[in-house]
Amino acid sequence: MKVELTVNGKEITADVEDRMLLVHFLRDVADLTATNIGCETTSCGACTVLLDGESVKSCTMLAAQADGQSVTTLEGLAADGHMHAVQEAFHQEHGLQCGFCTPGMVMAIVSLLKENPSPTEAEVRTGLEGNICRCTGYHNIVRAALAAAEAGK
Amino acid sequence: MSILGTRVIRTEDPRLLTAGGVYVDDLREPELAGAVRATFVRATVAHALITGIDKSEALAQPGVVAVLTAADMTDLPASEPPGGEVPGPDEPPAEGPVPLGGKWAEPLLAVDRVRFVGEPVAIVLTDSTYQGEDAAELVSVDYDVLPAVTTIDGALTGDSLLFPDTGTNVCVKGGRDISDDSVFDGCDVVVEGDIVNQRVACLPMEGRATAAAFKDGKLTVWASTQNAQLARLIFTAIGLPPDAIRVVAPDVGGGFGAKIGVDREQIVVAWAAKHTGRPVRWVETRNENLMAMTQGRAQLHHIKIGGDRDGKIKAYRLDVIQDAGAFPRMSGFLPMLTNLMAPGVYDIPAVQADYKVVVTNTAPIAAYRGAGRPEAAATIERAVDWFAAAAGLDPAEVRKVNFIKPDQFPFVTKAGAPYDTGEYEAALEKVLGAADYASLRADQQRRREAGETKQLGLGLASYVEITAADGGAGETAKVEVHDDGTATLYTGSSAHGQGHHTAFAMILQSETGIPMDKIEVIHGDTDLVPDGVGTYASRSLQLGGSAVHKAAIEVKEEAARNAAALFEAAEADVVLDADTGTWHIAGDPDKSLTWAQVAEHADGGLIVANVRFTADRPTFPFGTHLSVVEVDTETGKVTLLRHITADDAGPVLNPVLMEGQRHGGIAQGAAQALCEEVLYDADGNPLTSTLADYAAITAAELPSFELLTSETPTPVNPLGVKGIGEAGTIGSTPAVHNAVIDAVSHLGVRHIDMPMTPERVWTAISEAQKASAK
Amino acid sequence: MIPPAFTYVRATSVDEALGLAAEHGEDAKYLAGGHSLLPLMKLRFAAPGVLIDLGRIPELAYVRDAGTYVAVGALTRHHDVAHASLLASDVPLLAHTAEAVGDPQIRHRGTIGGSVAHGDAASDLPAALLALDASFVIRGQDGTRTVPAAEFFRGIFETALEPGDLLTEIQVPKPARPAAWGFQKFTKRAIDWAIVGVAVQGQAVALVNMGSTPLRATAVENALASGASIADAAALAAEGTSAGSDINASKAYREHLARVLVKRALEEAAARS
Repeated sequence: MKVELTVNGKEITADVEDRMLLVHFLRDVADLTATNIGCETTSCGACTVLLDGESVKSCTMLAAQADGQSVTTLEGLAADGHMHAVQEAFHQEHGLQCGFCTPGMVMAIVSLLKENPSPTEAEVRTGLEGNICRCTGYHNIVRAALAAAEAGK
Repeated sequence: MSILGTRVIRTEDPRLLTAGGVYVDDLREPELAGAVRATFVRATVAHALITGIDKSEALAQPGVVAVLTAADMTDLPASEPPGGEVPGPDEPPAEGPVPLGGKWAEPLLAVDRVRFVGEPVAIVLTDSTYQGEDAAELVSVDYDVLPAVTTIDGALTGDSLLFPDTGTNVCVKGGRDISDDSVFDGCDVVVEGDIVNQRVACLPMEGRATAAAFKDGKLTVWASTQNAQLARLIFTAIGLPPDAIRVVAPDVGGGFGAKIGVDREQIVVAWAAKHTGRPVRWVETRNENLMAMTQGRAQLHHIKIGGDRDGKIKAYRLDVIQDAGAFPRMSGFLPMLTNLMAPGVYDIPAVQADYKVVVTNTAPIAAYRGAGRPEAAATIERAVDWFAAAAGLDPAEVRKVNFIKPDQFPFVTKAGAPYDTGEYEAALEKVLGAADYASLRADQQRRREAGETKQLGLGLASYVEITAADGGAGETAKVEVHDDGTATLYTGSSAHGQGHHTAFAMILQSETGIPMDKIEVIHGDTDLVPDGVGTYASRSLQLGGSAVHKAAIEVKEEAARNAAALFEAAEADVVLDADTGTWHIAGDPDKSLTWAQVAEHADGGLIVANVRFTADRPTFPFGTHLSVVEVDTETGKVTLLRHITADDAGPVLNPVLMEGQRHGGIAQGAAQALCEEVLYDADGNPLTSTLADYAAITAAELPSFELLTSETPTPVNPLGVKGIGEAGTIGSTPAVHNAVIDAVSHLGVRHIDMPMTPERVWTAISEAQKASAK
Repeated sequence: MIPPAFTYVRATSVDEALGLAAEHGEDAKYLAGGHSLLPLMKLRFAAPGVLIDLGRIPELAYVRDAGTYVAVGALTRHHDVAHASLLASDVPLLAHTAEAVGDPQIRHRGTIGGSVAHGDAASDLPAALLALDASFVIRGQDGTRTVPAAEFFRGIFETALEPGDLLTEIQVPKPARPAAWGFQKFTKRAIDWAIVGVAVQGQAVALVNMGSTPLRATAVENALASGASIADAAALAAEGTSAGSDINASKAYREHLARVLVKRALEEAAARS
């Protein structure tokens, strides 16, 4: 079927299998490979992107379901050569190691801070319950989220 | 002033944060254009004879290029058994550690028998991923099902044998005689018991992945691996010499030991590329990852500990049984390390340790963060708490009484480990002070007296571990200084999240003054770094970093000769200002040469040093963790409130990176204590083969960690450093374990096996209460 | 993991959805947020031939004051249920329960109707709606009917929905004392499904994951009605339940948890009101 998406501000139209998952549309059709597949059971959050500004897990969604909507991936966050506040905070706070969960973590936190601009540490931790990281022990990811919130004030 | 020891944020990050890493699935190399997708058909039963494989329905599916089984692998060289002596039916099991071949060999694809659910039986090549999953479902494999061996006890009975030709399920035995019970004579307090170190998943967020292209007699393989050079040796199994193979490790999404080398599926992918002439890419699903990637731990310990009423431990015995899973990979080596580290940080006059390894119809066991040492630490630290409880002493006091003292180093333990340096009591005191241990104990006492629902528990673990155990293999580094003043640094270490590019550039800058932003670091490509060992066993900074240090010194020596010629001065009079990266004549700071000028004068405009650093012995990082937990005694639920650590791995090169390693390690160790476990049913079916079922720990279960600094250098390498990659995991598991049991010990609970799920904790409390009511 | 092939069709109105369902028959399934169905399809536990996407039926996403009850459109996402001010004031139990579902990403996609129609005894929302005496409006091929929650959940993943039926609205009576609610969800990890959960509104008590459907803890309710203390009533929480054993918990432990959590939820409700 024909699917038309706005991905990082750019319109992409493609004829895809009805069953194509959004994450495969982003990776294989739009050729945006930052978004990773980590579990396929809606458990790990590595595939998190923004759909019309809200975090969703792109492996648990058909591309067809997103037809006509706007998707933002990690590649679309930086503007004018400047990292988004959440990206910058991850850099400053050492919020990433191997980098595989990072795109999903960053997008989840962008969405979280949009809904709750001044979260407590506990709110950040609960808000990341659906994102698994195996490297950082979450310590610096949580710090990065709080630092980005602080920077956004 | 040297950059070493300062907080430098990572140079790796901007790319990972804006474009994402380039993992195997992200590669868009021209050689992989038109690559077919590999999907494995995997065993659906744990133990069976294969009686037939029907590919016809799958082959008729759209997009199917090939369906290949072991029977198609006729173009492989006859393989020599990789192991040494192979025990026959009447011979005793091998004295480990040896990678076992022969009768214990692990085929690339199952031949006539499958030994665990998830074992690869066939490979399906299709134009797309979607077609691959559809077609793989249609490959029909007929099985004659055999009784599955799913537990250590089941393996020991020998009723069902995985390798019938061997006559046994015990594949390795080792260690020392533990039968002499007289070492416990005269002990006032003796405690004995079983401790389970359960099987856990390594769970790198990127699973296993490989892409391969074969062209003009040369195989190029991109593999998610911790060591491209070792992987290259393994890929020779498909019948190519090493120089016809290039292995590239692109970005690797975590390894944790499970990506040391490459697995059989990855060899099959490389073979399929050569066999079909088509580039092939394979990226496993999480379901496959949780069924068939090697897993960790899986040891059963029986211990005995004895000593005096005043807390002095006089004897310790550790009997280890390692579950190897279906194939004996590193499983002879892991329990040997557990034996070696058995007595931990304590000066125990009599130590006995032995091990045996059994095969079961489960996923193979190999290295997982710590690999043999966490098991030792977990058990001695539980044993010391048992002993303290039996002697009626505070666990902190018992540890102090028994620590190896600073003036005893170097110290060879009764298990044979040559500890280099240690300040064990200082680390403990630091943690006790920062935590305000006395106040915490007072709060605990108050809650106990008030009979509150939520009880407080304090758990200590003072650990020592062995890092870079294979220091003799060393690590390579090559430094090139170019005539534009930039440098290229090639390392045989292979980062997959650790931040080597930042750390190694810091070492080079510190020695040469060439600024980090002019240093390019290259790793994980056998064409560019043909000789290297890789990243595992917490070896990279001490071996790879020391190699960089050594190369930097050699480059400086070469540069000094060139600078002397340019200055028309004696070489001895030429000095480097490492702060500015400029060369001078001693006493004449006004005249200077840049690195670019010095390199320009060298042969070919290039100064090169190519070195290998080896260490003549391992290092032994140590520390103390204190975990503070709250246990809901009505439900058994545990909340980790605080985790305070002093981890000492020598001088800290970059606190940012060191803290990151500790954070990750603490979380993984706490996860083993609290929630993670790989489970099988009685027929060997995996019960935790998705992340909906395998309880990987998340941010919501953890607090922020409190890290204290402790820096005791080692004389083993010029940087004075030890490994920090695994220490967090090793310390945190027993600390959390002890804390939970401490929280409910006043209710009569003596032990709870890991993972301490709410039900296990509640059951322990209920049973203790029932027992005390009698 | 990839779902098996199917044909995707999209409905833009309830009538169109019903028409598509009639056209494709039993091989078709409705797709709301997809967070129950798509994971099952990816594991190849479900393989419908046709998916009828309801995601573009704006008329089914709302939270509306209907006087004595609050009407919630079946396609209202968990996130919107959790943040509806009308629910926060008039049915806080429902808003709170919606916030306990899954994680933020799941709440951005998953819908209340999808959760109810899936009929999973381990889901949080069905139990809360049972405690709230909600009713479900169902459009079938032969018209509209309203089924009370007590009659809706029939067995393991089995509800009053017949093939082709579409759940359109959830009607939640406004409790006399909205603040008298309690909710307890017991999990190993925050992200997990409830091992056991309890929803309390006034003296109505419903249990998550204590049988093949969400259940009312009738013995507890009867005891409370006859004046028993919270502690005495909660001790009856496992009566009439049929909890299972799995890798997360044994039946005996679930029964124990039910007693503890019912007590806590009742105390929570009492403390609030």
